[in-house]
Amino acid sequence: METLITILSGVLVTVAVYLLLSKKIIQVILGTAILSHAVHLLLLTMGGLKIGSAPILGEKTETYTDALPQALILTAIVISFAVTAFILVLAYRTYQTTKTDNLEVLRGSDDE
Amino acid sequence: MNNILILPMAIPILTGIILMFLRPYLRLQRWLSLLSVSVTAGISLYILNLIQREGILRLDFGGWLPPYGILFVADSFSVLLVLTASIVAMVCLFYAFFSIGKAHEKMFFYPFVHLLLAGVNGSFLTGDLFNLFVCFEVMLLASYALISLGGTKIQLKESIKYVVINVLSSSFFLIAVAYLYGAVGTLNLAHLSERIAEAGQNPLLTTISILFLIVFSLKAGLLLYFWLPGSYSAPPTAVAALFGALLTKVGIYAFFRIFTLLFYHEPSITHTLIGMMAGLTLIGGSIGAIAYNDIRYIVSYNVVIAIGFILVGLAVATPASMEGAIYYLIHDMIVKALLFLLAGTMISLTGTAKIDSERMSGLIRNYPLLGWLFFIVILSLTGIPPLSGFIGKVLVGQGAVEAGSYILLGLAFLSSIFVLYSLLRIFINCFWGETILSKEDEVPLRKSWMIPCVILSAATFGIGIGAEALSPYIHDAANILMNPDLYIDAVLNE
Repeated sequence: METLITILSGVLVTVAVYLLLSKKIIQVILGTAILSHAVHLLLLTMGGLKIGSAPILGEKTETYTDALPQALILTAIVISFAVTAFILVLAYRTYQTTKTDNLEVLRGSDDE
Repeated sequence: MNNILILPMAIPILTGIILMFLRPYLRLQRWLSLLSVSVTAGISLYILNLIQREGILRLDFGGWLPPYGILFVADSFSVLLVLTASIVAMVCLFYAFFSIGKAHEKMFFYPFVHLLLAGVNGSFLTGDLFNLFVCFEVMLLASYALISLGGTKIQLKESIKYVVINVLSSSFFLIAVAYLYGAVGTLNLAHLSERIAEAGQNPLLTTISILFLIVFSLKAGLLLYFWLPGSYSAPPTAVAALFGALLTKVGIYAFFRIFTLLFYHEPSITHTLIGMMAGLTLIGGSIGAIAYNDIRYIVSYNVVIAIGFILVGLAVATPASMEGAIYYLIHDMIVKALLFLLAGTMISLTGTAKIDSERMSGLIRNYPLLGWLFFIVILSLTGIPPLSGFIGKVLVGQGAVEAGSYILLGLAFLSSIFVLYSLLRIFINCFWGETILSKEDEVPLRKSWMIPCVILSAATFGIGIGAEALSPYIHDAANILMNPDLYIDAVLNE
């Protein structure tokens, strides 16, 4: 199971890299969003995908699932959600002001 | 248990939230923010002295003992940086009162500055790797807002690059955290250090450490500084000064923490790599600083040179070089803020950022105080004795000689000459020469713009002359960096 999820997050990283390297702002933003999904999956897998019960004392089982990675990705998801929302607004405003969504045009700094 | 440790992060956050509700009352916002930042500075000074008496302090949130809970750890190194950050933020806020303009103030400028400071202080104080990531994000989100606030064309162009590069590096940060958790199964810094020492830092852990190296290089601007000059020259002066003084320094702090506490077992790989990158940063920064004609770019490249210089101290890793790096870090936070404020003042007085004797020349006749302060900055950044840059440079140099890294030594001191040249070029072109502004056209220099600059210049003199008074703190900070066991003992065995 871990191997499958790792391969899945690898595929997601591939897609994200492809999108990040494109010229349209919106594709770059989607790239960062997909990259964050891949990272979250990886984070979850790194704790081990065990099948056990919730780590609460008094439960009558032998195996417990590690709850920490789930707490971590919950935090990470909230952060990436906020950042993605911000960057979408920023991109829209940039498009309104500069009249372009092509990063090739936005590169460099105009000297005057 | 010392509940006071939470205050340097809690006060700015709470003030930020309160200020959001006081949007129309600008005067109240200013007074409240000045009050809150000075209280933060006072508290961190108190904590610093408490540490000297009682050793490293820690605060376990919710009473969860380490390594299970999240905790704040305050040692001399982190609290020194918290103190300096609060003072610099206070001065930059003071400058902002009179320069940032009503439009910014009404659009939640002060709350964002406080959230930025909260993130910075939190990153310095935390003792948990994931918590470090969260504090980084708090700081970065506030900085995204500050860099794009105002919405001019150049700001938007630069901020989109700044945001994307930082989102990318945050993803790398998470990947590194995930790998490390998978490898050793903990996130508490002291516990991590213990487990890595037990495992003997095998090649897998060294690879993970290089992933951290890449992440912090992007954040601090070590070699991967391509995004830095553009984004630091876009926002208004007070914001640029805050960024130049604080943001990259948090990355540098993380470098020192991670590579002295966790991954110190294979210096032949990691520290050599840091040394090479620091050397290349010094070369690249020097070339950048003399290549541009735009004052803002020259100043930003000076930030890059300083990053290279401080990390030479880490790469060499002798007690002397560590002390030197800490001295230089504190000096750099203060003097870079001053440099950005002076450069911004020059630009707003003359309306141009070009070094071009047709448009900016002979300013010292019009504004003598500005000219002399700029001269002091040049001396301080170059490392002329009575000023604060000197001690740091000497100690880093001494460390490099002890360790026998003569190439880094040469590069570090050559870079000082480039700093001197790049700033003298501004000085000669803009302050000397024919005065082109007649008394009538002269834009009056407001006293309130000069007060923060004078305070910071006094601070650089103070650190230089009062180095003796500062040295017990710095010595303690370097001692903890060189002996990770002290940190581990204070966190785990009490």
